[in-house]
Amino acid sequence: MCLALILIPFFSIIILNLPPREVNKRIAFGLVLILTLGQMFLVFFPGCNFWKMNSGVFGSMLKIDLLVDNLTLIMLFCIGLIVLVTLFTSRQFIGPIEKQRNFINLLLVVLIGMNGTVLARDIFSLYVFLEITAVASFILISFDKELLGLEGAFKYLLLSAIATILMLSSIALLLILTGSTGFSEVQAVLKTLNPNNPLLILAVGLFLAALFIKSGLIPFHGWLPDAYSSAPASVSVLLAGIVTKVAGVYALIRIMVSVLGFSPASQAVLLLIGAVSIVLGALLSLTQSDFKRMLAYSSISQVGYIILGLGSGTALGIVGAVFHIFNHCVFKSLLFINSAAIEKQTGIRDMDKLSGLAQKMPVTGLSSLLASLSAAGIPPLAGFWSKLIIIIALWSAGYYTYAVIGILAGILTLAYFLSLQRRVFFGKLTREFINVKEASFSLVFPMVLLSVIIIGVGVFTPVLLDKFILGLGNILGG
Amino acid sequence: MGLDLFILVALICAGIWTVMARSILRSAIGLALTSAILTIIMFRLNSPLAAVFELSVCTGLISVLFVSVISLTQPQTPKEIIEHMKLRLSRFWFLPILVIILGVGIIIANAKLKVVSAQAHIEPDVRFILWHLRQFDLIGQVIILLTGVFGVVILFREAKKGE
Repeated sequence: MCLALILIPFFSIIILNLPPREVNKRIAFGLVLILTLGQMFLVFFPGCNFWKMNSGVFGSMLKIDLLVDNLTLIMLFCIGLIVLVTLFTSRQFIGPIEKQRNFINLLLVVLIGMNGTVLARDIFSLYVFLEITAVASFILISFDKELLGLEGAFKYLLLSAIATILMLSSIALLLILTGSTGFSEVQAVLKTLNPNNPLLILAVGLFLAALFIKSGLIPFHGWLPDAYSSAPASVSVLLAGIVTKVAGVYALIRIMVSVLGFSPASQAVLLLIGAVSIVLGALLSLTQSDFKRMLAYSSISQVGYIILGLGSGTALGIVGAVFHIFNHCVFKSLLFINSAAIEKQTGIRDMDKLSGLAQKMPVTGLSSLLASLSAAGIPPLAGFWSKLIIIIALWSAGYYTYAVIGILAGILTLAYFLSLQRRVFFGKLTREFINVKEASFSLVFPMVLLSVIIIGVGVFTPVLLDKFILGLGNILGG
Repeated sequence: MGLDLFILVALICAGIWTVMARSILRSAIGLALTSAILTIIMFRLNSPLAAVFELSVCTGLISVLFVSVISLTQPQTPKEIIEHMKLRLSRFWFLPILVIILGVGIIIANAKLKVVSAQAHIEPDVRFILWHLRQFDLIGQVIILLTGVFGVVILFREAKKGE
């Protein structure tokens, strides 16, 4: 039945493009709103029939075995949430109604791609749905057909093509080695193989490199700052909020946990890449003056924490990594919406030219402060808890150096976010910005929603920890 | 072995022509030709399912998609074409060398590791694989094609309207 998460958006696209098109243009927004809210709502009922295989209308017609576990459910919630806030943000930035319909068509394609990626239980199916997400993202980045957007999309396309070649080569090698592409089948055969088998090492190396590119980790990050900063504002929210999390980070966690398994060598690579990304991402953020580019480099640094948690190879580390994916989805989307609001109201993205905007845009200023503090890991906000779990996991596993790097890099994170706050929101309001007003409802609503989640999850983490968060560790070892 | 080597060389030549062709239309034709040669290789490797897909999707559908996009774009002037060609030659002169080195490397590695077997295992019924084992991928393939069509409509048709 959960195949409906792919088929309903697919049929929605068909309906939206059928006559009467004038009527369909107007229902497009409501349709995506219902789909995303429904997806988020269903996640809270993991025991219901919807999640059972081969039940319901679609299940009886198509015998497709999908993967539904705690990790899938939390990712489906994140996807629903970020697509929802992107939908609201797009109302401010995507012009005429015809363009909005095209945007919603692509948004639905991305939704299908991401849902398919997290529901796939086969490495080839995972690849197919990653490609759907990537192709729709290229078009979305260049949606406004501006030179910078086209350049950003082209860079993403080129590096994504390299990732595709690496991933397909790895899938081919795994097929040769194991005779299958199903997660559990491949994992079962790999356990019987010699870990020093050169083909296996090559397959693991190629897959990791492909997913490092998709995650935008250093030194595979060439496409990310351009793609994030040159895309239309609402597309940046979608890309930074969820697309790279699903296409890169989720896929990496799933492949490591459910297919390849951890080895000392793969853990060492993950820890090294994670630590380098945290530190260099944070240092590069400090040097930026463009709001969106700073956030893009900050994303690299934050994704580094997730990879560090994964690299610990323990259940607690994976819990921390997945929890930080959720938190990063929320605070980074919020920061990109803040940047969109400022760009919309002032026409400026250069932080050195902005000042004192908190007086004129209180909701934007306050929500930006909350998101920054959460990103920097300040208690009791949500980001603090996920980082704490990652650090504890690293320390418990004996990776003391990486735990210390994680803690110290938090100071860098705080530094660049405080610098952002000082330059954009605090200080004296210049005459140029006297007439600036708070952003409209379609931007304020997602800001408030995401701020409430940051505070709520942060304050109630001790309660959520037993009920939801620690259960994520079950994915390790089935 | 001789025939396989000839087909592989033809594949590389078609690939290089696709990348280096002067006009985008010739590039699209080169891509279709590359896919057609790849189809022959797949048939020779006893993978009829992959071959049929390659022939129908890449050689057929994708080529039609490319040509339809080209029909919606502004052609370059002869002067622009020559300048573009010179620029590409100066940028990508190393590509053929890289392809040859990679090819030799793969042949040597395969001789040692025996990665590619001469005869692939053939499933008895293609329909069974498509409709029973790879249903989920099939849905994905349909959506990828749909996305390609959206790409053409959004990025090219509107541009044409605006001219």
